[in-house]
Amino acid sequence: MDLDPEDVFKDEEDDPDNEFFQQSESSKEYVVYLVDASPKMFNTTCPGKDQKDEIHFHVSISCIAESLKTQIICRSYDEVAICFFNTREKKNLQDLNGVFVFNVAEREQLDRPTARLIKEFDCIEESFMREIGSQYGIVPGSRENSLYNALWVAQALLRKGSIKTADKRILLFTNEDDPFGSLQGAAKADMTRTTLQRAKDIQDLGISIELLPLIRLDEEFNVSVLYSDLIGLDSEDLAQFIPSAGQKLEDMKDQLRKRMFTKRIIRRITFHIVKGLSIQLNTYALIRPTVPGAITWLDSVTNRPLKIERSLICEDTGSLIQEPPKRFQPYRNENVKFSMDEISEIKRISTGHLRLLGFKPLCCLKDYHNLRPSTFVYPSDQEVVGSSCIFIALHRSMLRLKRFAVAFYGGSSRPQLVALVARDEITTAGGQMEPPGMHMIYLPYSDDIRDAEEIFPDTEDDAPRADKDQIQKAAALIKRIEMKDFSVFQFANPALQRHYAVLQALALEEDDIPETIDETVPDEEGLARPAVVKAIEEFKLSVYGDNYDEENDHLGKEKVGGASRKRKEIAENAAKDYDWADLADNGQLKDLTVAALKTYLNAHDLPVTGKKEALISRILTHMGK
Amino acid sequence: MARNKEKLVLLLDVGPSMHGVLPEVEKVCSMLVEKKLIFNKDDEVGVVVFGTEETNNELMDEVGGYENIVVLQDIKVVDGDLIDILKKLPRGTVDGDFLDAIVVGMDMLIKKYKGIYKGKKRLCLITNAIHPTKDSLEGSKEDQVGTLAVQMTAQGMKMESIVVRGILSQDANKRIMDENDRLLSIFSKKTRSRTVYVDSPISLLGALKTRRVTPVTVFRGHLELSQQMKIKVWVYKKTQEEKFPTLKKYSEKAPSTSKFATHQVMVDYEYKSVDDSSTVVPPEQRIKGYRYGPQVVPISDAERDAVKFKPEKGVKLLGFTDASNIIRHYYMKDVYLFIAEPGNTRAILAVSAIARAMKEMNKVAILRCVWRQGQQNVVVGVLTPNISQNNKIPDSFYFNVLPFIEDVREYQFPSFNSFPASWLPNEQQQMAADEFVQMLNLAPSGKEEALLPEFTPNPVLERFYHHLELKSKQPDAAVPPLDETLKRITEPDLELDFENKSVLDSLCKHFELKENSKLKKSARRLLPEKPSGSNGEDGNGNVSDARAVDSIGQEPVVKIEKIGDLTPVQDFEVMMTRRDNPEWVGKAIREMRDKILSLLTNSHGGDNYLVAVECIIALRKGCILEQVSPSPSLCFCCCFFLNLLCGFRCFCLMEPGPYNNLMRYLYRYCQEKEISTFPKLLASMDVTLISKSEAVDSSNFTDDEARRFLDKIKPEPKD
Repeated sequence: MDLDPEDVFKDEEDDPDNEFFQQSESSKEYVVYLVDASPKMFNTTCPGKDQKDEIHFHVSISCIAESLKTQIICRSYDEVAICFFNTREKKNLQDLNGVFVFNVAEREQLDRPTARLIKEFDCIEESFMREIGSQYGIVPGSRENSLYNALWVAQALLRKGSIKTADKRILLFTNEDDPFGSLQGAAKADMTRTTLQRAKDIQDLGISIELLPLIRLDEEFNVSVLYSDLIGLDSEDLAQFIPSAGQKLEDMKDQLRKRMFTKRIIRRITFHIVKGLSIQLNTYALIRPTVPGAITWLDSVTNRPLKIERSLICEDTGSLIQEPPKRFQPYRNENVKFSMDEISEIKRISTGHLRLLGFKPLCCLKDYHNLRPSTFVYPSDQEVVGSSCIFIALHRSMLRLKRFAVAFYGGSSRPQLVALVARDEITTAGGQMEPPGMHMIYLPYSDDIRDAEEIFPDTEDDAPRADKDQIQKAAALIKRIEMKDFSVFQFANPALQRHYAVLQALALEEDDIPETIDETVPDEEGLARPAVVKAIEEFKLSVYGDNYDEENDHLGKEKVGGASRKRKEIAENAAKDYDWADLADNGQLKDLTVAALKTYLNAHDLPVTGKKEALISRILTHMGK
Repeated sequence: MARNKEKLVLLLDVGPSMHGVLPEVEKVCSMLVEKKLIFNKDDEVGVVVFGTEETNNELMDEVGGYENIVVLQDIKVVDGDLIDILKKLPRGTVDGDFLDAIVVGMDMLIKKYKGIYKGKKRLCLITNAIHPTKDSLEGSKEDQVGTLAVQMTAQGMKMESIVVRGILSQDANKRIMDENDRLLSIFSKKTRSRTVYVDSPISLLGALKTRRVTPVTVFRGHLELSQQMKIKVWVYKKTQEEKFPTLKKYSEKAPSTSKFATHQVMVDYEYKSVDDSSTVVPPEQRIKGYRYGPQVVPISDAERDAVKFKPEKGVKLLGFTDASNIIRHYYMKDVYLFIAEPGNTRAILAVSAIARAMKEMNKVAILRCVWRQGQQNVVVGVLTPNISQNNKIPDSFYFNVLPFIEDVREYQFPSFNSFPASWLPNEQQQMAADEFVQMLNLAPSGKEEALLPEFTPNPVLERFYHHLELKSKQPDAAVPPLDETLKRITEPDLELDFENKSVLDSLCKHFELKENSKLKKSARRLLPEKPSGSNGEDGNGNVSDARAVDSIGQEPVVKIEKIGDLTPVQDFEVMMTRRDNPEWVGKAIREMRDKILSLLTNSHGGDNYLVAVECIIALRKGCILEQVSPSPSLCFCCCFFLNLLCGFRCFCLMEPGPYNNLMRYLYRYCQEKEISTFPKLLASMDVTLISKSEAVDSSNFTDDEARRFLDKIKPEPKD
């Protein structure tokens, strides 16, 4: 797959944006999944898929499992810990009762997810009762408070790392809205108070606590009993909480496997507007083809990684070349040599800056003026104060006057003309859809544009043009097959999704590969609707008349089929010229020409590629010798 | 392949009115031949010039007439001599007749190939077509051109005319121009000819396609609207980047005199285990591993092939949608062209009908494409109509690839409205910007659009082929400067700027920019970077810069041996910490001092001062740190150098010496040159002499004395 040159050369520096932009965009996430394992979680059910009831504990586990499988592909550097409370056994650093931190070998308690973790977690339900056990942790007459303990353990797990570099979260799964319900009087008040205090301390440390309540149909989950105070909900949010929490649970399960990229500046560039007025811009890659990820070569015997050593060998003398060799271009019967310095010198035709040349109306930017994915530019006042002001002024003018800017971008890989197209911000309820700024579109040079449409004009006649009726029929057709709310966010890359699914199946040693849906296939059902079929038929009739099928058959397969059949016939006849078995027995196949050998291969539908030895061995194999 | 060869005759107008653009004509024609020498070595080219004093062509000899036309070069296989001829075109004295020239060119092609050769035959005419053509003996000029056109088609020739107009051919007779245009348009209508009008030297260089690429289809088959309705289409690339030629590696091991040496280099890869670098793993024993969290999962190709996504070949319609739903910057790749199967009238009509309906309704189509069987992935993209302006060319579509969800990175950016008010433009500023955007117009009505991509050649390639040609004659030729005409692609048009001077000035007046002084890093950017070859400065000085840039963040790995221009401070620090040879410290200090002095002396209006001050601070720190390991030999050098410069005597033998001496020298230098800003800057940064308390062994100054030095160097206010 193509590599974007800018990705290769991109700055490895961090993103030290000025204070204004530092809106807690941490690069990592530390999550502790806190799952209630009380008997109530096992006894109650909620309707799941296929109208079958699923027990709450199972819902929580499968939700976390799905989420982990997504996370290991999307953000494998995030760290997780899984922790049950209201358990019979205990396992935690503080040795607190009723809390069990689940972990697997070769992994710290809060660490990146591994295949082993996911695999063992997937079958935890089978062994749960035996090894961890379920038991109410808060019972009258005991001073134990499992919820308090769980929060404490989670906080201790999240002690790792600074809040500046990581987002820390506790996700709490429970179906008990009143954990201290079984208690009375002072004991209850006391436990409630200490638990709330613990939660507040945690939040003061910058750790957020999120509640994912599991709800039964017949019974309401009353957030206001305890949890609204625990997670710090306002009365306004309260009404919205339950529906949105349900949605969150669904979202966790159905996340798309998509590798996340942290926002980073590709390059800081200077934009010369006029003489004496240069502002500073940051460039970002908002759209780049995503590839399945880097390949590491392994030794198939030991499964150990390999390193690649490259050596340059002189073809004439066979000696090893140490110093970086010069390059040459055969030209006029001799080799013209260039040093690497000279080549980079040739390519350096401008400073590495962006230089404004002028403006053009948007209609001048044709659909074929494109070569590569665009790059997004956004102003920065970090080094040149006042950059944003000019940028915004130009941005507004360009939007209003419907112009784009033409500039020369003197980058090192390929200096070229670019179009800067201003885009206004688009926000929806879900957040920012399109950021405000300009998109740098790389324009082709005349050398890059081809005129393929001009190669086949009929010399005498004008090209046929559709008449009014045909255009009308086409318009009717277009109306019928319209996708109203199309957006590019509609399709997942089927090959990539398939790759991730295969990877997961192999890594977790699953027996079958999870189904992936190819969303890019046409909507056959929709196309088969009578109205659509009618529109298509009418259009067909107006252009092709009655002989659509005839023409298609005639021009298409028949012709090609005929030619290839003929070729095959010839080949078969030619193959009969030799006594193949005899030749093979006497080892005389090598005396035949490659062309003659191929006649045999052709006649028997065998591949005709490879060197002569390969052809001979293929013939011998086919004869069974 | 013989069939793929091209026979080309260049018909070049060299009359007096063309003299202004002949340098460009020479350039573009020689580039054409240079590229042919590499990519199409078997093509044949002939050169005809018209508008010359002399006459020399076969037709004149045979039938008479056809004056002022010279066949500079008969049709022959391209070679180096041809370039030499094209580089020195004669300057003519007479106004040429392009019709006569076309006849001569056709005659050459017909005589040479006598209808035997069925391949590509092409005429390429470059003229301004502002002079009258001779009346024909029989019939009107139109009839004559008509006859020529018929003949041209019969012989299978194509013609490409580049007509130079606009500012390049002013004060021409309008009537004659119109007549000539009409005559040329007959060719366009009746033959496979193309006429383009250019009015700037840049577009003249871009108008002629200098490299001949035989178009290859990406896909031939059905465009499926539904199961029942399919249109036969061919798909080509519309744009594809013409890359910088990949040069082969050259081996100097074989003697250069050896005739049979190929001088080629073979690249050999060896795979070795990370743990044990002595064992080499054969390539077939390798297996691909993909990351899954912290682990790497091996997946063999066979396994992968068995389960991977295997789409069926085909191009299918998903639906139509409003053009506004597809934002321009989502286009991901180079562009494809969909044309109806050539010769298939019904398919052409179907494409035409849909394209025109889409255009009228402002709709686009979304397609799912699998170009080849066995392709590993599908492509989803947008089909947009291309309504042909030329009657001979059928309507077609352009196709652009769209991103999948995985390809879109949802970064959030602060809304401009959330910026502090001081960052937003006020009303006057907005007006100045509006006017600026409006006036700096590259596509004014009534004039040719400037920098049209179709007519803008790639300056890097031009420079490479130019250099190649120079080197073939003189192997050590330096890289030539960028062509003056092409330089205008990289820099703003001075003329346009001049016309709008008031607008530009008002823009500058309304907006104020300041360097952020708090930021130390900015020093790096203050240095002007110059494009190579622009002012003829040498390219050698930049080598260490390239290394210097690499060095940031990984100093010990890259060995810095010289203080470069880009990051002098970092370079200096790296050199000071090098321990492999005690001389590095001395070298670093010496070089740093030289750098500071050169920064000061080469500074225009103080633009280097900030860097210089930073260098001084670094030097100061370095000198203090290094005082424990003095190296007398170094100090001797310094003293010598400084003595030369300013006649100071050096007393101390330790590191602070050079620093303090330098400061005193700078003080004198500033006084002499009456520079006040630099000392002020020094004072504001609190850069003093190194005092005894900082460097016990080597400085003779007390803290107080060191501080007083600062007061001293601050210039006295002059009244």
